[in-house]
Amino acid sequence: MPEARVIPLRPDDEQPPSPPAAEPGWDEQLAGGLEFLRRRLTGEYDTDEFGFDPDLTDHVLLPGLRPWFHRWFRVETQGLENVPDVGGALVVANHSGTVPVDALMATVALHDEHPAARRLRLLGADLVFQVPFIGSLARKLGVTLACNEDAERLLSSGELVGVFPEGFKGVGKPFHERYTLQRFGRGGFVSAALRTGTPIVPCAIVGAEEIYPMIGNARIAARLLGLPYFPITPTFPLLGPLGAVPLPSKWFIAFGEPIETASYGPAAADDPMVVFNLTDQVRETIQHSLYRLLLQRRSVFS
Amino acid sequence: MPPAVVLVTGVSRWLGGALAAELASDPAIGRVIGVDTVPPRPEVLRRLGRVEFVRADIRSPLIGKVIESASVDTVVHMNISATPAGAGGRVSMKELNVIGTMQLLAACQRSPAVRRLVLKSTSAVYGASSRDPAVFTETMQARRVPGGGFAKDSLDIEGYVRAFARRRPDVGVAVLRFTNLIGPRIDSLLSGFLRMPVVPTALGYDARLQLLHEDDAVAVLTRAATGDFVGTANAGASGTVLLSQAIRRLGRVPLPLPEPAMGSLGRTTRWARMVDWSPEQMRFLNFGRVIDTRVLREEFGYVPRYSTAEALADYGRSLPPVVRPELVEEVAASARTVLTSVAGGAHTVQRVLDTVAGGRRRAAPSVPGLRAVHDA
Repeated sequence: MPEARVIPLRPDDEQPPSPPAAEPGWDEQLAGGLEFLRRRLTGEYDTDEFGFDPDLTDHVLLPGLRPWFHRWFRVETQGLENVPDVGGALVVANHSGTVPVDALMATVALHDEHPAARRLRLLGADLVFQVPFIGSLARKLGVTLACNEDAERLLSSGELVGVFPEGFKGVGKPFHERYTLQRFGRGGFVSAALRTGTPIVPCAIVGAEEIYPMIGNARIAARLLGLPYFPITPTFPLLGPLGAVPLPSKWFIAFGEPIETASYGPAAADDPMVVFNLTDQVRETIQHSLYRLLLQRRSVFS
Repeated sequence: MPPAVVLVTGVSRWLGGALAAELASDPAIGRVIGVDTVPPRPEVLRRLGRVEFVRADIRSPLIGKVIESASVDTVVHMNISATPAGAGGRVSMKELNVIGTMQLLAACQRSPAVRRLVLKSTSAVYGASSRDPAVFTETMQARRVPGGGFAKDSLDIEGYVRAFARRRPDVGVAVLRFTNLIGPRIDSLLSGFLRMPVVPTALGYDARLQLLHEDDAVAVLTRAATGDFVGTANAGASGTVLLSQAIRRLGRVPLPLPEPAMGSLGRTTRWARMVDWSPEQMRFLNFGRVIDTRVLREEFGYVPRYSTAEALADYGRSLPPVVRPELVEEVAASARTVLTSVAGGAHTVQRVLDTVAGGRRRAAPSVPGLRAVHDA
């Protein structure tokens, strides 16, 4: 029967697919902004015990990051189905780029592109919280101190936690060492996952290495300012504030298959052998996906 | 078994007086003895009822005689001063806090009748720094040990109380680490700070605050004095607010100042006897502090009636706001009206332009989707 064709039938009780929500008009946007300002002035918004301010994050911080995400770095995400829709999970990623922009882009990726719009609760170094403005803004974005107490508290309350175990060694490494993972700390993130029985999602970020290619480190300036490093890039400090504009590299963020930890039991967190093995496994997975993504990428900027 | 004779130190302050009055209203308790160096203010005195007041300095051996002769079996120690001005300078504050506690504990150790000791401590013992975990549980210690002032005194006092518990294992010792207390009647450190019309804050920092309502504080202390909880418990309400948020909710005007200016402002206000903040309390304003209250709710068995936000709102009712929320509401409403009329006009113009452009861009009528037919 050449004329036979398959006609998809829609059952009566199913809602017809709704048209995509129209972009709010400029007047609605202004009214929303007005309402936001009123809330901010009267303090009628909620914050949690970590200092996370969802109202500010959704209306100011994330909208501010989106143009960078879509236009500047043209971030492509892969493997979002590996991030669970509900419940705690630990996203472990490589760290690079002199300034931790990769952490912010991962936050946008998981909130905007994940079907469950998950909020990534990042763990930051204590230096972040020492610096005025940055520290308080980071807390409002949902960042908290990288320590086992905070990580376990967030994981056991079902939050998605993001961690960069390389720390300053990763974010402040010279340009010629790009895409080689540094040592993964002391494996504290693995013991936090083991103790809470939450899966570890390895995450590889490609593109962040090229935003500020660090060709030198002014150690004396770093020591004077109390920073772990003071970057010298082809444009900074040569061009002054203009040098602070990141290069528009093309980014990929890939989430790998989750590594489950519940079967080891919480007692395994005190077994150094299990912790080391899992740390190595996560590290290897991220390194392999970095190589795979680099092969896929045609050039740094496209 | 309810206690027969309770001794409350620091009874002339609001919280001590309220606790003594609460205990005195319980007919199962035989006697309630209040001790303080100064007589209670008339409004506190009126509530005290059958509380017996002893004017004594806990630094003097007189306190031992009181405990012995009245055969006190429960001691609630809350005569710990948080501000130097209240105690007449930092030196005398430290003496009152630390030496006073040592004298009191020495007297308790000598008296065989004592079988319960409640210490009103503070969560300031956890310090406040950028390296703090977000939430402190009872087993954690300060990342940066407080170097002086109230927090250091409280740490020392807790140490002496622990030593006392080891020497007298038959005495049940309960240590309660309170967050900042707030409410319409209590005169606490934070309530004085937030009462100022313009509240100075540290520029670039925003502290997380956890509060406890004054009524909940009295209830926790009452339960600690009459119950059988032994150990250390954090006492705070559920939820947190940011300092900036608290200032706005109370209708105050925040004044962010750079950190060095905060230090000299602190010295000036202390000198002027307005607000009395030590450097370590200034640090608290930078970072704040949150404590875990699971032990309070599950083991101690008390769930605070007010959350942090509700306690703050209750305090706000006693405080005429500088920036009235209705004013903000009115401004927002009028701005909204202007916006709606402007938008209405713009939409009309848009429609007119569309009509002029003609029906060329009219959307195609939607094709009805295929539908399965039900059997009759």
